[in-house]
Amino acid sequence: MAKSLFEKVWDAHAVRNLANGQTQLLIGTHLIHEVTSPQAFGMLRDLNLPVLMPTRTFATVDHIVPTDQFAEPYSDPLAQAMMDELRKNCADNNVTFFDRASGKQGIVHIVGPEQGITQPGTTIACGDSHTSTHGAFGAIAFGIGTTQIRDVLATQTMALGKLKVRRIEVDGALPPGVYAKDVILHIIAQLGVNGGTGYAYEYAGSLFDGFSMEQRMTVCNMSIEGGARAGYVNPDQTTVDYLAGRPYSPTGDDWDAAVERWLGFASDPGCHYDDVVKINAAEIAPSVTWGINPGQGITIDQSIPDPAKARSEDEKASIEEALEYMKLTPGAPIKGTPINVAFLGSCTNGRLSDFQEVARVLVGRKVAPGVKAIAVPGSQIVAAQCEKLGLDKIIAAAGFEWRAAGCSMCLAMNPDKLIGDQLCASSSNRNFKGRQGSTTGRTVLMSPVMVAAAAVTGYVADAREVFAAVNN
Amino acid sequence: MALEKITSVVGPAVYVPGNDIDTDRIIPARFMKCVTFDGLGEFLFYDVRKDADGNDRKHPLNDERFKQAKILFTGANFGCGSSREHAPQAIQKYGFRGIVAENFAEIFLGNCTTLGIPCAVASRADIAKVVAAVAADSTTAVTIDVEAQVVRFGDQSIPAEIRGSDRDALLNGRWDAIAELHEGVPQVKTIAAGLPYMAT
Repeated sequence: MAKSLFEKVWDAHAVRNLANGQTQLLIGTHLIHEVTSPQAFGMLRDLNLPVLMPTRTFATVDHIVPTDQFAEPYSDPLAQAMMDELRKNCADNNVTFFDRASGKQGIVHIVGPEQGITQPGTTIACGDSHTSTHGAFGAIAFGIGTTQIRDVLATQTMALGKLKVRRIEVDGALPPGVYAKDVILHIIAQLGVNGGTGYAYEYAGSLFDGFSMEQRMTVCNMSIEGGARAGYVNPDQTTVDYLAGRPYSPTGDDWDAAVERWLGFASDPGCHYDDVVKINAAEIAPSVTWGINPGQGITIDQSIPDPAKARSEDEKASIEEALEYMKLTPGAPIKGTPINVAFLGSCTNGRLSDFQEVARVLVGRKVAPGVKAIAVPGSQIVAAQCEKLGLDKIIAAAGFEWRAAGCSMCLAMNPDKLIGDQLCASSSNRNFKGRQGSTTGRTVLMSPVMVAAAAVTGYVADAREVFAAVNN
Repeated sequence: MALEKITSVVGPAVYVPGNDIDTDRIIPARFMKCVTFDGLGEFLFYDVRKDADGNDRKHPLNDERFKQAKILFTGANFGCGSSREHAPQAIQKYGFRGIVAENFAEIFLGNCTTLGIPCAVASRADIAKVVAAVAADSTTAVTIDVEAQVVRFGDQSIPAEIRGSDRDALLNGRWDAIAELHEGVPQVKTIAAGLPYMAT
């Protein structure tokens, strides 16, 4: 019988049915970081349980690391305490830790793929909602809470109800100046921030077939912003090529066998989907958010919504709440909105190709006076790749501060924060109230190239008008 | 360790209006700089409850009438965003024992069940009935009846659906899955041995 990738991976990892009707699901690969794991190790100690399979958990540090300080102790003692706790928990339990001294540290969702730990046909869990990123490889990857981290550490499994599968089929080619980030912002704006509840999203169609792994990761990363628990792309030759030669990829005969197995996980033609959505890639335009959730997005040419034109009382209330917080004028163009800060980075858009594209357009350009601009590579390896290519020099010459790897201003658990009601053009994934470290700070989500356009003009701008190179 | 069978939770209620209340709003990220969940309760909804100087803003949780609330009523898509368990932990440590909303974000819902917090889904119109009764008399005892899937208040009740697997787990005292998962470890090892990527 024809099966979707989701069903194949699920079936290969289902251990048994639990009494409440959920499934005990084997989690083959477990990724941890400093924020959500210390309490889980504490729970294990309280229960006197060991880590069942220490070689299947991998750790790194990302949320709290300062991007302008390498030496410890960190200026923030709470951050240092979390660092110490993770280091100790990994050492005590024989868990591999990609610490900063390893040169392999970075945002957990960037480290897994670049090490080759993230592989097709696997199940992955991590105490972070953007774990869906790993679905780009045809893995089923779940963001989980801390009690479930404990469950995975202790039993290498978790309890979960089976998800439905929605195929989101995007065919055609993107117009120039439109990026993977615009595709996922478009999907979320179309289907809503809770449209994916109960679903895993399968991103399919000729657009995703032609995407690089990094583009696929950007899309899968934000599945949760549309309410979907997981999102994936079927593995293909692009996936295989990316994984070849990575530290944790199989080698020799094992490699050939793995490739055959991996490709076999792709959804079968004619398999059942619980829902199918079709989108024409040619209709997607550069997108930005105007509100306080990632579904409140418009294209750069559109106007800020007017609550008076809302289709329902609910929508009216939500527009009013968002506009009050964002201090934006209904009906005004979003283009031209002044910005204070430009942030490049995050697990959504902190990879080599993001900085390559930004550097390409920033050559010879300068960040506008008064704009604070920071560029934060997603991992130490991304940083090294950029530095080898001289991208850091171009980006810094334009006026961005080139920082060390981490989550940084995506959620501002480190010292990188907005101040007061600063408005940030951000390549990250969430524009929630207070998300970037100031209780009145404002976030406008967009692609990295759009962030660069905002940085050099000083306002939310159409990168296609700011940079001639975007159109090539 | 036998877990409590959670057939119902009862107490005074409070209504925190709004749709899409995200986990950053429930517990701002800066309060997650901790290695235990202790003390998170005081930071629940912190940035909407407190001004920049730490003084109370106008917020239902700052209203003296609702200080004893044990049941939280709210809008649609409650708990969207992050998987941080800090969010339901803060709600529980603040003193809440159950939540009624129009619907819940999925990861948040699962995290709540794991902590033994019943999450019931009710219609907006029905939630409004309870909210009106609580506004009229904040001492009104509100019960989430997990077994019957209703919310009772005074002599009235509204239907309140609890997801099947969550309801079963709460009613039968298996909302924390660790014991049951641990029983399956022998099978886990067998299946893992058959998966090449886990053999490393």
